[in-house]
Amino acid sequence: MSLQASFWNNLDQVFVLLQHWIAGYFPVGLQSAVGTILAVVGILATFPGIFALTTVLERKGLGRIQNRLGPNRVGPLGILQPVADGIKSLTKEDIVPLSADAAVHFLAPVVLVVAVFLGYAVLPVGRNMVLMNMDAGLLFFFAIGASTELSIFMAGWSSRNKYSLLGAMRAVAQMISYEVPLLLSSVVAVMITGSLSTVKIVEAQSGFTGIFPHWYVFTPWGFAGFVLFVIAALAETNRSPFDLPEGESELVAGYFTEYSGFKFALFFLGEYLGMFSIAGFAITLFLGGWGAPLSVLGFVPSWVWFFLKLLAAIAFFIWLRGTLPRLRQDQLMNFAWKFMLPMTLLNLLVAGAWRFLGDGWLRWVVCSAVLLAAYVLLGRVLMRHQNLGARSYRYAD
Amino acid sequence: MIFGFSIAFLLTAALTVAGALAAALLKNLVHCALSLTVTFAGLALLYLQLDAQFAGFAQILVYIGAVAILVVFAILLTRGAGIAEYRGFSSSWLLGLSIAAATFALLGWAVIKSLPAETEASAAPAVTVQSIGAALMSSYVLPLEIVAVLLTVALIGAVIVAMPEPRTRKSGAESGGGQ
Amino acid sequence: MLGEGMIKGLAETAKNFAGSFVSKERMTTVEYPEERIAPIENTRDFPFLVYDGNDPMTGLRCVACQICEKECPPKCIYIVKSTDKKPDFVGKMQIYPTRFDIDISVCMSCQICVEVCPFEAIKMDTEFELSTTDRFGGLLYDREQLSRSNEHYHKIHPTEAAEVDARLAEEKAKAEAKAKAAAEAAAAKAAAAAAATPKQAPKKEPGA
Repeated sequence: MSLQASFWNNLDQVFVLLQHWIAGYFPVGLQSAVGTILAVVGILATFPGIFALTTVLERKGLGRIQNRLGPNRVGPLGILQPVADGIKSLTKEDIVPLSADAAVHFLAPVVLVVAVFLGYAVLPVGRNMVLMNMDAGLLFFFAIGASTELSIFMAGWSSRNKYSLLGAMRAVAQMISYEVPLLLSSVVAVMITGSLSTVKIVEAQSGFTGIFPHWYVFTPWGFAGFVLFVIAALAETNRSPFDLPEGESELVAGYFTEYSGFKFALFFLGEYLGMFSIAGFAITLFLGGWGAPLSVLGFVPSWVWFFLKLLAAIAFFIWLRGTLPRLRQDQLMNFAWKFMLPMTLLNLLVAGAWRFLGDGWLRWVVCSAVLLAAYVLLGRVLMRHQNLGARSYRYAD
Repeated sequence: MIFGFSIAFLLTAALTVAGALAAALLKNLVHCALSLTVTFAGLALLYLQLDAQFAGFAQILVYIGAVAILVVFAILLTRGAGIAEYRGFSSSWLLGLSIAAATFALLGWAVIKSLPAETEASAAPAVTVQSIGAALMSSYVLPLEIVAVLLTVALIGAVIVAMPEPRTRKSGAESGGGQ
Repeated sequence: MLGEGMIKGLAETAKNFAGSFVSKERMTTVEYPEERIAPIENTRDFPFLVYDGNDPMTGLRCVACQICEKECPPKCIYIVKSTDKKPDFVGKMQIYPTRFDIDISVCMSCQICVEVCPFEAIKMDTEFELSTTDRFGGLLYDREQLSRSNEHYHKIHPTEAAEVDARLAEEKAKAEAKAKAAAEAAAAKAAAAAAATPKQAPKKEPGA
């Protein structure tokens, strides 16, 4: 029994053990630096690999949703399509417009990718598998996320193109508007845990009652917080249905109209990596991070659970992209300020009430009732002037 | 350790000063705004090197994430993308130089005077985010509330200023002239 | 309630996604070039010259009247007439084209050449996989490359070919009937002339 347990334990910690083993070959003074470099290499290898997989999954998934096959020529079932895409974007000519601001034009994708990769430093991928266990880890992530907006503005402005500029301004307005609900909806998890450190938040969700986990998503305020966080995350990363800034049918390609070849690939990479890191944070804050969903499944390695959850989140994002039409700019802004902000503030109150009502069924009933009533009422109030129903056509005589 | 400062500090300080100089001297206004962002980042790194995690990340979140964007939006919406024309040095450069030197001397004297007599090996007790939060909620709760009221006033004022004026029922010429 | 439509939409797309693995007729993709959709009868791509019989050169219907060359909007046809004649399907001696070039990189498949041809000599083919790596004449088709048999025409446009054949057969029958009538009239005239001359001949003979 203990041999089996130690096997699963070793499998759970296999990457940590690998890191220590390699660092053991270096002198003692350099060991921590080498360990950090190995972890960075791990991040740099894993997440772009997931990016490559996601591009194929997205194209094939969207294709199946739209009753067509996705790409299936390169490799079996089209799995090697990212290789073809990578070669294509590397060999395309890098065109910089003559009147563009060359330095800023060059730096914009670099700033985006650097900022996005920095965000992975506080993501706990498994038990004891976080690059930097900072006390203010969550704050670090949101601070870095705010820097990505700057790179989008740089991209849009430096191209000296009205489509790019318009797209960049829309994108920055959208991202700033949705930062507020994003932060506020994550504050509930911080409140109940009592710490900004991502490792502590995951550990606080690793308990089980019976076989069910203590994930925050299974509480009323956690569920509301999760839904609001996911919506705000979609808007932050310019993902459908909030992809107006890069909507192909609206603005050519928005703020990356003037980018070609590798710089375009870098923007694409940065955007998808941002999506993964914010999905990773949604998982960390509300879905229990690397925790198992049922206590009997606790033997499966923690990093397996994290990546399974990440894959599920990615699949959900692709599903949403295939389903929902794009939101207009004013609809987007209305949604952020008139619906999401009040709901997140109310969620803060509800989480506080949860904490102080004490254990028992009362707090479940009260919190759920308040949130549900607020949701329905707010929905009714905001939609009262919109006569959405079956479409009626008026034909010219 | 060069001149008693660590390499990290020297590099960060050089970055900050270079960014600030670039922000003052560059011709293109948006380049100046972006160099200012580099200065903010350098300041955040300095805070982080002093183990003030909250201050460092708040610096990035507020200054780079909001103030820098505000500055570039202001440039965009008022001047457009034209390249600014300016002369290299103003005619009253001696007066400017002397005022700047006097300010620098005053600040330098204040900083040096506040340093402790001998450098202590042990650092000051770590100020965690939790202690900041506790302090804000207990001994500093009045300033917190006043700042909250101030922010609310600013928000309401911004909304009122940005709101389109309601059209009156009077004749079109009057409302047209009023607008 | 807010969000109801979204849930319904998500259910619909999930149904589509799951159904795409289960039922084959949902997927409208035709995986070219392994699968192809059969072209309908009225498909047209580029012109070809029809010939009757087995030999392209003797059976070519085209008589080099040059009407299609003049009517072609992008002027992609080039014809050179012959100096000698050969018999056409009704037996009449016609000139024929020694050169008949169509540049299919210029041709826009408008079918005007087919519509104006009085001799049913040029028709539209359905072949479109004609890419070539030869940039300097690979898409300039000459007389030999453009000739296709009448059987080929029947295969690609059966209804049309049947109509054309019926019309040509009718014309041929009319021409033959006319020829027969003319032959009969000539024979009758010859017989009448022959009947007239023997009367005169015996009168003349005793005198000489």
